[in-house]
Amino acid sequence: MTTIPQLNKDSQEKGSEVDEHHDVRMFGLAAFLIADGMTFAGFFAAYLTFKAVNPLFPDAIYELELPLPTLNTVLLLVSSATFHRAGKALRTNESKACQKWLLITAALGIAFLASQMVEYFSLPFGLTDNLYASTFYAVTGFHGLHVTLGSIMILIVWWQSRSPGGRITSHNQFPLEAAELYWHFVDGIWVVLFVIFYLL
Amino acid sequence: MTIANTPLKESSLQPKGWFRYFSFSLDHKVIGLQYLVCGFVFYLIGGLLASAIRVELTSPISDFMPRDVYNQVLTLHGTIMIFLWIVPVVNGAFGNYLIPFYVGARDMAFPRLNAVAFWLIPPAGLMLISSYFITGAAQSGWTAYPPLSITTPAAGQIIWILSVLLLGGSSIFGGINFIATILKLRRPGLKLMQLPMYCWAMLGTSILVVLSTPVLAGTLILLSFDIVANTGFFNPNLGGNVIVYQHLFWFYSHPAVYIMVLPAFGLVSEILPVHCRKPLFGYVTMVYSIMAIVVLGLVVWAHHMFTSGTPPWMRLFFTIATAFIAVPTGIKFFNWVATLWGGRISLNSAILFSCGFIINFVLGGITGVALAQVPFDVHAHDTYFVVAHFHYIVYGGSVFVIFSSIYHWYPKVTGRMLSENLGRLHFALTFIGFNLCFAPQHWLGLNGMPRRVAEYDPQFQLINQISSAGALLMALSTLPFLWNVFESAFKGTIAGDNPWNALTPEWLTSSPPPVENWEGEAPLVSEPYGYGVTQAEFEQSSISTYQEDEHQ
Ligand code: HEM
Ligand SMILES: [Cu+2]
Repeated sequence: MTTIPQLNKDSQEKGSEVDEHHDVRMFGLAAFLIADGMTFAGFFAAYLTFKAVNPLFPDAIYELELPLPTLNTVLLLVSSATFHRAGKALRTNESKACQKWLLITAALGIAFLASQMVEYFSLPFGLTDNLYASTFYAVTGFHGLHVTLGSIMILIVWWQSRSPGGRITSHNQFPLEAAELYWHFVDGIWVVLFVIFYLL
Repeated sequence: MTIANTPLKESSLQPKGWFRYFSFSLDHKVIGLQYLVCGFVFYLIGGLLASAIRVELTSPISDFMPRDVYNQVLTLHGTIMIFLWIVPVVNGAFGNYLIPFYVGARDMAFPRLNAVAFWLIPPAGLMLISSYFITGAAQSGWTAYPPLSITTPAAGQIIWILSVLLLGGSSIFGGINFIATILKLRRPGLKLMQLPMYCWAMLGTSILVVLSTPVLAGTLILLSFDIVANTGFFNPNLGGNVIVYQHLFWFYSHPAVYIMVLPAFGLVSEILPVHCRKPLFGYVTMVYSIMAIVVLGLVVWAHHMFTSGTPPWMRLFFTIATAFIAVPTGIKFFNWVATLWGGRISLNSAILFSCGFIINFVLGGITGVALAQVPFDVHAHDTYFVVAHFHYIVYGGSVFVIFSSIYHWYPKVTGRMLSENLGRLHFALTFIGFNLCFAPQHWLGLNGMPRRVAEYDPQFQLINQISSAGALLMALSTLPFLWNVFESAFKGTIAGDNPWNALTPEWLTSSPPPVENWEGEAPLVSEPYGYGVTQAEFEQSSISTYQEDEHQ
């Protein structure tokens, strides 16, 4: 004997479609960032294992200076805060303020990249000099790539949140919030990277 | 991007007719079939390569092809079968086709991302295969262990890396989409514990995909630096560490075996109840087993590295963790047996392949547990015993389930039935061929024949020839299947909407289903396995936690 499937044709209680849409997309982005974070986790694990079990060859040079990367850390942390301010301004419909904070955030991101370049050129070792050097450049480079993409995204968001004419408004916050989440993620990764590569 | 619960205006503008299968369609059913057919084409190519391997191994010397060609064929075979056939088909094909039905949605959460994920696959596959003709394919096996992968010809290895990166990306996009669809797009009123088991399997699998695939991607990027930029991450000559590669590789690739087999678990759990007219036994334990496998699956990887100088504590830890994972796996096995037990089983092709899966999988599971014991593994590692073990799992397990699923869902997808006689012939040839091919390899391995060699000690010739005979049967078995699939598409008896009297939601719509899955609203199926028992019995059974919905 077979029971008949339970069909339920109650009308679906739908929330506002926009909200639902927004919610799912943020969820998807968060899942993507977890995946991206795992790439870094793999790199970090590799670096820590190298440090634990692979001594440097005797003549190899691998030394990092602290001041510049500390400045970089500050730049990124501040930029997270300014991005947050931009989001707040958007929600209260102050598009001028929002744009101002976005521009500051992008400037901080670009300053980070510039100072990272300065650091690269002042270091006494190159990509292929030794194992630690290679890992350092590969991982900071991969992170720098993220910052580059993020800065471009912020500039796009900045352009699109101009008023009038921009597509990003308090009714369509998704692009800004997505970029913001991504940016916080990139900053968070930097903090871990900073601890592992510079402090340990 | 379009969103699924609301009608997809966009997808009704999609191309109609045959052309849509070659287009950037956003319809999850079209994408699912694209995955399936594309995967099957790669399966045929991978199968030809396997036949070449088995022909070479009929004699102890390398006479059929030069050794470096053998290495390329072996590498291509493994890579194609894993990354272009099983992973895309058990996840992408069936997942895309079924998951939106099961959660009561009109499409996946991110239809466009979904199409992108599929369309990454054909170029990656073509790139990989054409490397054989243009530069010579990679030669270091599907594992690409350095230093071998650094010292063999670079061009083929780099193309291999690029292609695996694309496929990994495709897999990650797919995984994100499945998680979002299952968790966020459920029809209102449908609770998690009412989902058909395949949803749970895909949720678990997708979590593994999202957590482990990026690690492989990062590792392969480092490996490519070693090959083209002269860094030494994994190159001992330059102060690097090959073992780190192995750890990172297996951190992906052990979960990868579950990425290949967990969805198959889910599919079997859908197919068995329908064809034996009984509810799935132990729904709740099945769900917890899947989740336990996901968690444990992430911490057993070094059982592939017992002979890589792993320290004793590590051997101990990974042996124990691996033994633990056999527990949830065993629970699932007994649940399937209990589902069949006392059922009114119709011995059709779908259930034959599912039962074949159960038998093969349990054999592969037993050899797996044996391999996880260090004293045994140091003898069996890198011998044909390992080859036998994992083919029992991936072929005897996953591929059998793919065939079972095709027999089960073909009527839904095409609206026509497959021929049962051809199906049974297909099963008999596959089952006998498979066991003839791989069972003797246990013996070969235990007697010391290493894997990945084109030449071997002449004492192994007879057993190798038996194995090759089995491979021939397997190759032949494809013919009745292909004939069946093509002929039935035009001449098969009309299936009707629900030829199996199944209760899961994909059967509660027309065959083939309309573009947005249902003409009206999605049905709420609160009891997907309510076969053959009375309401009172339901409430007694382990799955009666959904009573609230039953009585509304
Ligand atoms: C009861 C569960 C399982 C256990 C305990 C187990 C254990 C093992 C062990 C210890 C090895 C390493 C052998 C060696 O290289 O020395 C191995 C290899 C392998 N297993 Fe399993 N396994 C299990 C299930 C699976 C499943 C479900 C799959 C796939 C769907 C699978 C696929 C493989 C593959 C592909 C290899 C070969 C890796 C290589 O190339 O060396 N196993 N298994
Ligand atoms: Cu494993």
